Amino acid sequence: MSIKLTIMDEMARVAREHGKTLAPLNDDVALLDSGLDSLGLAVLVARLEDRLGLDPFTTSDDVQFPVTVGDFVKAYEHGGH
Amino acid sequence: MSTAVTDAQPPLRARVAGASADACFFDRAASVRLADLVRGTSLCGELAKLSWRSVLIATASQLTAALALIELDGVARRLMVLPPDVDPDHLGALIAGAEIDAIVTDGTVPPQLAGLPVHVACTPRITPLAEPPRACERTEWVLLTSGTTGVPKMAAHSVAGLTAAIAPRAPADPIVWGTFYDIRRYGGLQIFLRALLGGASLVLSSAGEPVAEHLSRLARHGITHLSGTPSHWRRALMSPEIANIAPRYVRLSGEIADQSVLNALRTAFPHAAIGHAYASTEAGVVFAVDDGRAGFPAAFLKRARNGVEVKIVDGVLRIRSPGAASRYIGAGAQIAALHDGDGFVDSGDMVERHGDRYFFVGRKGGIINIGGLKVHPEEVEAVINGHPRVRMSLVRPKRSPFTGAIVVADIVLTAPSAAADDQAELRDDILKLCRGALPRHKVPAAISFVPALAVAATGKLARRGA
Repeated sequence: MSIKLTIMDEMARVAREHGKTLAPLNDDVALLDSGLDSLGLAVLVARLEDRLGLDPFTTSDDVQFPVTVGDFVKAYEHGGH
Repeated sequence: MSTAVTDAQPPLRARVAGASADACFFDRAASVRLADLVRGTSLCGELAKLSWRSVLIATASQLTAALALIELDGVARRLMVLPPDVDPDHLGALIAGAEIDAIVTDGTVPPQLAGLPVHVACTPRITPLAEPPRACERTEWVLLTSGTTGVPKMAAHSVAGLTAAIAPRAPADPIVWGTFYDIRRYGGLQIFLRALLGGASLVLSSAGEPVAEHLSRLARHGITHLSGTPSHWRRALMSPEIANIAPRYVRLSGEIADQSVLNALRTAFPHAAIGHAYASTEAGVVFAVDDGRAGFPAAFLKRARNGVEVKIVDGVLRIRSPGAASRYIGAGAQIAALHDGDGFVDSGDMVERHGDRYFFVGRKGGIINIGGLKVHPEEVEAVINGHPRVRMSLVRPKRSPFTGAIVVADIVLTAPSAAADDQAELRDDILKLCRGALPRHKVPAAISFVPALAVAATGKLARRGA
């Protein structure tokens, strides 16, 4: 499964567990409009670390806070660099 | 032996008179020109009824709470302001403990409060104040603590103490303050008082207002000074609307400000002064750090700064300050000593020294802060340990860029399981158990199955830093 598909799959799962409805997603949707709140995103990042072996947001002090779904996926595709 | 300031000061309403004539307080629905409050009232002509009462301010909006605080300082005997997230089941204990005998609301009275003898409505529509009410020289302010699992503790303050850390402002460009932090909590109240005493305008959020809309309003009002917790800021940094604001001063308080959030704010606001303040409901404002780095200089411990002394006992900060609460009020088990024998408040915040700086590493007792919501690891472990295949578990914080921390669990099974399918099923099963028994922020974000957990010499689970 591609990184992007893994992320989408896990987003759907976290949304389900948190009783949230995911918005139709594309790269330009603001992350905070995705249907997941801050807590949902924090859980998502922890789950993705288990599945992808990577947390691009805590590897350095110079985190770019992702604004869109596209930013978020890119952070994983670039391996946190 | 407390060093709390007890000198009487002019009531807040009198200090409004000396402030800027143009200053306004705004929320989503209304605005109030502060100059109108000098000889006006938001309390529908009934301010006199609250003279010398012990008043609970239980409004739905921050704006009406702010107006009631201005009007009742120097009039009420005691003021307790109710934060929006207090469990209604605790209201009875709070009212009894603070001897509340009057309530100010801006809507319907909650059923738990209907029995109070005096009820006054507060609205942003200012009407003329007929005659000044009988003054009460030293109104006691009562603020509720967060972070306890039971009834919140009630910390008693004076206005002199609450404003001790606020420097007189040199006349300069007009200031417009904004706060993500609710003014009915200590951190937000500081911003309300700063705006009020500095003659600044203040933009408040409304209940349930989306972040994007709040940010757009802050932009429309030309915000110059903006304050929030690191979690508030992280959420704002993820909003496209952040690009529309350009504060000159960015302030963080209420949680540990880590280097990543400070760096992200520096990138977002290259020209702003960025400071993180360390404060608590009990200890007051302790210090502000403005060099853009996480933690604080070790030199802060060497001598008192603005009358505030800081020392470290067993890795935990203790504070003696004119801004500290004087005592807890309430009855029975609620009443604990707020100060040690030397007048220092035990903050419960643990620090570690690296080089010439101290860094916050968490709470004594292991309490985990998830975006401002507190979690006791033991209560989550108790739920996990209720699963028939779990022998023991350790719940610990894991750093998160979105909420500061998140809860994760290490679990030892009664019989180890090697099959991946079985582990996945078991993980889901344990999470389901947690979701059924715990609020969302307490459910572990991730579960690891481990062969063993370290147990300290005391026979307790070894918790990092605890």
